Amino acid sequence: MTQQLVRETRSVDPAAGHSAAAPEASVPVPPAADQASVTWAGARWAGARRFLAKPGLVLSVLVLALVILWALVPQAFTQWPPDTGVPSSRLKPPSAEHWFGTDSLGRDLFSRVVHGSATSLAATAVAVAVGLVAGSALGLLAGSIRGWVDDAIMRVMDVLLAIPSLLLSLALITVLGFGTINIAIAVGIASVANFARIMRAETLRVSTAVYVEAARSSGVRWHSILLRHVLPNAAGPVLALSALEFGMAVLSISSLSFLGFGAPPPSAEWGSLVAGGRDYLVAAWWLVTLPGVVIAAVVLSTNRISHAFQDSERNRP
Amino acid sequence: MIRYIGQRLLQGAFVLWAAYTVSFLILYLLPGDAVSIMASGDEQNAVDPALVEKLRAEYGLDRPLYEQYFIALFKALQLDFGLSIKNGVPATQTVAEVLPETIKLAVAGFALAVLLGSALAVVAAFSRNRWIRQAFSSLPPLGIAVPTFWIGLLLLQFFSFRLRLFPAIGNDGGQSLVLPALTLAIPTSAVIAQLLTRSLHQTLGEPYIEQIRAKGASEALINFGHALRNAAIPTLTMLGILVGNLLAGAVVSETVFSRAGIGRLTVTAVNSRDIPVVQTLVVLAAAIFVVTSLIVDLIYPLVDPRINTSRGAKA
Repeated sequence: MTQQLVRETRSVDPAAGHSAAAPEASVPVPPAADQASVTWAGARWAGARRFLAKPGLVLSVLVLALVILWALVPQAFTQWPPDTGVPSSRLKPPSAEHWFGTDSLGRDLFSRVVHGSATSLAATAVAVAVGLVAGSALGLLAGSIRGWVDDAIMRVMDVLLAIPSLLLSLALITVLGFGTINIAIAVGIASVANFARIMRAETLRVSTAVYVEAARSSGVRWHSILLRHVLPNAAGPVLALSALEFGMAVLSISSLSFLGFGAPPPSAEWGSLVAGGRDYLVAAWWLVTLPGVVIAAVVLSTNRISHAFQDSERNRP
Repeated sequence: MIRYIGQRLLQGAFVLWAAYTVSFLILYLLPGDAVSIMASGDEQNAVDPALVEKLRAEYGLDRPLYEQYFIALFKALQLDFGLSIKNGVPATQTVAEVLPETIKLAVAGFALAVLLGSALAVVAAFSRNRWIRQAFSSLPPLGIAVPTFWIGLLLLQFFSFRLRLFPAIGNDGGQSLVLPALTLAIPTSAVIAQLLTRSLHQTLGEPYIEQIRAKGASEALINFGHALRNAAIPTLTMLGILVGNLLAGAVVSETVFSRAGIGRLTVTAVNSRDIPVVQTLVVLAAAIFVVTSLIVDLIYPLVDPRINTSRGAKA
């Protein structure tokens, strides 16, 4: 729900910004000029050392890698089945046997979280892809054609930004219908405006560069200029936004699935797992708490990674 | 000044019109058609063709699109967004009935958010202890990353069920307002804290702070009399979006605590695919955004006299 906010927050003060949010970001970064003389392998090594000097970032990457592995090979992490419970072990608290405890049907909660990550991450990926592709296309169009096309597209984007994104997603779900894929598409469409704005700004910036003018004056067709010059050079900030939107999409999708618009039971999805624990707040604290911790950890990690992306953009020569 | 306000009002009217048009396009023209959705309630049930025809005529959906749009727009100008398909009451009335509850919640939540957020930012920026500074400035990123519904459930679990301090559900009295408002406040306060900390750091590095210090002002006067006041301005810019997010937060908070309000109305309306109500809520959200932005623009010159309204504030 806060993607605009977070983005604006990031852009308030590009110079002094990161010191407040992430203490480890204040580790001195070698000036780019020093690296110019270093060999390619040396630069690689320096990059790796800089990465390892930020424990928060390393941890974030590890968390995200772990969750992606959960989604790809869930059976490697848990031997409990996600959908069939053992009635005799209902509502067992976390233990060495059941790391996250068991639910009211005796199903292992850790297994359900691990198996659910495939659905959650796939939905998130779809949402980001929809926003990225549609938003970038609109931004590119607005920034390169200019004139009334630019005005029309950006006014519509302004209006989309005026409606809170969760509400916009809900309105879209009313029409698209329920289900994980529809939630993902709705969340993606609600984030189009953010991508369009960044992409347009980048297109405008790159279009005035000397090499683009040189290409234009030597007769390169406009679509080649867009594909070969504008798009690759605008990619950095757009990818940083994608990382940020990934975290926000995890939040939005889990909220919507918590509200009951996601996949119907018994399928496990992070948000619906939390919703399923609502009825057992008194008897089984772990049912709500532990899946929520997983969601928060993933969002925190992607936000941290997006932050690192933005820093490296800023430090680029 | 008057010309400036007039200009801003025109812009606001444009955003409202555009929000109405966008929501009309989404809700009435996108895949499938609104009437069969409304007639069936959900996708599984068979649709009664006679009912569809009747509804179609009733909503004027048998006419050409542009005609439908202008009729609907003309009605919307008179605050008529159609009848709620759930109970046949005008959609605006359905929304207006529960709006006061959400306003109470949002005002309480926002007040808490401003208090919490500024407290966090002030400690993070002014404390001399490095550890306290770091601890307090690592809280906002955490507050942004945790899901709102999860915060609500944890508060419910701890304060209502474990400690039995507050009622778990319902709308009666100030007691029942505390936890939902806190749920709403935590993510918003994280954003406020993050914005304010950053702008405080920047402000404290300005030359005029150095000059005030050289003139012998106490640290308290520098921090609270000068730095905080100047640092608040960039945060003020975000007020429109912050308030809009309160509305989105209310959807979650009211569902968790089973409170009546427009947040929970949104969820039930989407569940029953009550398109007129959903559209009313979307336009209401845009209206709230427009009004907040207008208010921000008007109080800008009071906070920062350098901003010349006759040339227009950059908001």
